[in-house]
Amino acid sequence: MTTSSTTPVTHVDPFSVEVLTDPLPFQAALRDAGPVQYLAAHDLYAMGRYAEVRAALTDWQRFCSSAGVGLSNFRREKPWRPPSLLLEADPPHHDAPRRVLSAILGPRALRRWRDQWFAAAVEHVDALLGTGGRPVEVDGMTALAEAFPLRVFPDAVGIAREGREHLLPYGEYLFNAFGPHNELVAAGAVHAGEHAAWVNAQCARETLADEGFGADIWAAADRGDLTAEQAPLVVRSLLSAGVDTTVHGLGWVLHGLATHPDQWAHYRSEPSRRRVCFDEAVRWGSPVQTFFRTAEVDVPIGDTVVPEGAKILMYLGSANHDPRHWDEPARFDLHRDPSGHVGFGFGLHQCVGQHVARLEADALLAALADQVERIEPAGDPVRRANNSMREWASLPLRLHPR
Amino acid sequence: MTSLVVTAKDVVADGVVALTLARPDGGRLPDWTPGAHVDLTLDSGATRQYSLCGDRWDPSSYRVAVLREPDGRGGSQYVHDVLRPGDTVGLGGPRNHFPLAPAPRYRFVAGGIGVTPLLPMIAAAEVLGADHALLYGGRRRASMAFLDELPADRTTVVPQDERGLLPLASWLGTVDEGTVVYACGPGPLLDAVAALVPAARLRTERFTTTEVAAPVRDEPFTVELARSGTTLTVDASVSVLEAMRRAGATTLSSCERGTCGTCETTVLAGVPDHRDQVLADHERAAGDCMLPCVSRAASDHLVLDL
Repeated sequence: MTTSSTTPVTHVDPFSVEVLTDPLPFQAALRDAGPVQYLAAHDLYAMGRYAEVRAALTDWQRFCSSAGVGLSNFRREKPWRPPSLLLEADPPHHDAPRRVLSAILGPRALRRWRDQWFAAAVEHVDALLGTGGRPVEVDGMTALAEAFPLRVFPDAVGIAREGREHLLPYGEYLFNAFGPHNELVAAGAVHAGEHAAWVNAQCARETLADEGFGADIWAAADRGDLTAEQAPLVVRSLLSAGVDTTVHGLGWVLHGLATHPDQWAHYRSEPSRRRVCFDEAVRWGSPVQTFFRTAEVDVPIGDTVVPEGAKILMYLGSANHDPRHWDEPARFDLHRDPSGHVGFGFGLHQCVGQHVARLEADALLAALADQVERIEPAGDPVRRANNSMREWASLPLRLHPR
Repeated sequence: MTSLVVTAKDVVADGVVALTLARPDGGRLPDWTPGAHVDLTLDSGATRQYSLCGDRWDPSSYRVAVLREPDGRGGSQYVHDVLRPGDTVGLGGPRNHFPLAPAPRYRFVAGGIGVTPLLPMIAAAEVLGADHALLYGGRRRASMAFLDELPADRTTVVPQDERGLLPLASWLGTVDEGTVVYACGPGPLLDAVAALVPAARLRTERFTTTEVAAPVRDEPFTVELARSGTTLTVDASVSVLEAMRRAGATTLSSCERGTCGTCETTVLAGVPDHRDQVLADHERAAGDCMLPCVSRAASDHLVLDL
C-alpha cells in the first residue's frame, strides 16, 4: 500500500509483547507523530489522539465495522467465527440486534438485578475476609476481578453451570484474534474450537434458563424483533463481550485503588465519587485498548488520505491518555470527570453492556468499601499480553478488614 | 436546547413541503434508524412529531415532510406559510417507536403522508436484500409525495381519483410466516389492513394529533441538587448536565446526545421535559428520572437526587 509522503510512518509493531505489556510509550509516540500514522509492520493506519479517535468511532458512515473490527479484512479473509451481529455489523443490519440488546441491558432494565448483585458481593467479600479480623492476602484477579463477574453474570444470562471454565479463555482468544496472527493467537488457537463450541451451545433457547438476558433475547425473537437465526448470535455477544472486558475493568479499578490509598479513602468517605470510580479506571487502564475500522471511502485525516479499504486502528487506550484532552492523563483520580472517555468505544457501537459492567463494579466496590479499611499491593502485579486488551494476569493484594 | 436550522424548504407534492434541517455549525446530527421521528418545536410554540424520511448515510442533515392540515392545530400551517430557510426549530429525539423488524419479506402500505417513515425502511430493505413491495395510496397523483424516489418495479401507486381505493386484499394476498406488513396512514386504512393481516405480522404507525406531553419552555428554570443542597438556574443556553457540572456536582455522562443512558438521574420533584432517545413512554410518564444531557424542565423547578 502506498502512502503519501506526508504520512508519518513507524516500523514498531504495536502487537509485540513488549508494546502490549507496556503500551504507553508507543501511544505517546503515535499521538506525537500526528493525527494518523502508517504502521508499516501490518500495512495499516493508526489513530491515537482523542479528538480523531472519538470522531472516527462516531462516523460509522466512513469507518465501517462489517469488514471486521480486528486486523483481518472480512472482505478478503474468512473470519474465524461467524461475525457478530453487533460488533461486526453496520446499519441497517446492526439496527435490530442493537435495539433489542440496548433495551435488555439498559440501566432501568438492570434494576431487577441490583439488590441481588449487591448481596452477592457482600457474601463474596465476607467469604474472602473470613472471621479472623486479620489482613487477608488474595490474588485480586482470580479472587475478585474474575470470581465476582463469574458469580453473577452467567446466572443473569441464564447459561448452564457446567463448563463455565470455557468463558474466560474464549474471551481471551477472541480478543487476541482481533490482532495479527502472532504467537498469542497461535497459542490460543489450540483450544479455541472447544471454547467456541461450548459458548455456541449455550446460546440455544432450550439450554438457557427461563429467566435472564438470554431468555429476554429469545422473547424478542418471539415478538419478531429478531429472527430465530439472529437470537443465538446475540446471546453469543453477551458471552463474548461481557465477561473478559468486565474482569479486566475490575482488575484496573482494584489496581488503581490498591496503588492509590488516597483514592480508596475518597471512595470510602465520599459517596459522590462512587459514580465516577469505575469509569475513571476504564479510562486510566483502558482494558480494551484497540479496535479497528475499515475506510469505506478515501478519508482525509490531517495531511493523510486513508485510502478506501484500508484498515485503521483506533487506539482507545491512547485516546484515553491524550494530554491534548486530559489533564495529567496518567493519574488515577476520582476527582476527575472521566465523562467522554472512549474506553467503552463511542457512537453507534459503544459498549451496549456498559451499564452491566458498572453495576457489577458498583456492587463489588461497595462491598469492599463497607468491609475493607485498606487495600494494598502484596507483591508485584503480573501483566499478561493480549492483542486487544491491557490485562493483569495476577494482582497480589492485601485486604485489611475494617 | 438543540436547535436546527432549516436549510431548504421544497414543495414535494400538492400540500406537502419537505424541510431539510441541519445543525447551525453543519456538524453531525444524532444517528437514527428507519421509522424514527423527531419532535420539532416551532417558533409558534407548538411541538410536532415528524418522521425522518431522509438518508441516514448523510450525517449532517435530516429531512421531514409536512402535510398542510387546514383542520389541524396550526403547526402544519406555520410550517407551510411562515417557516423559511434560515429559520431555526428546536429538536427533540430522534426516537423510534416504529422500528424495522428483521424479516425476509416486507409489504409496505402507505396512505398519503404516511409514506414518510416507510421511505427509509424501503431503503433499508433494499440494502438488507429483503423482498419488499409498497402499495401507496393518495387522493390524487399530484398530492402524493416522493413518487420519483420510490423503486418503480416494487411500487404500486393508487391515486384514488384514478383507481379508487387501495386493493388491499388482492395486493396483500396471503400474508405468510416470513412476511411483515408495515402500514402507515390514516386510521381507517390501518383498520382495513388490520382486518386482513395477523397481528403478529403487522406493524403500524397511526398519524395522531396528540399533543407532545410536556410543555416546552425557553424560560430559565431552577434545579435543586437535593444531596448537596445546591440550587442552580438553567437557561436556554446550557444543558442541565452542563449547569450541574459548572456548579461542581459529580456527574458522569458519555454520549451527551440522549442515547447511551449513562447520565440517568433520579428526579425527586418537578416535571422533566424528556428529549432523550432512551426512556420508553411509560418511563417518561412516570417522571421519576431523566437524562440531563438533553432533557430539561417543563416545570419552574426540578429537584434531582444528586
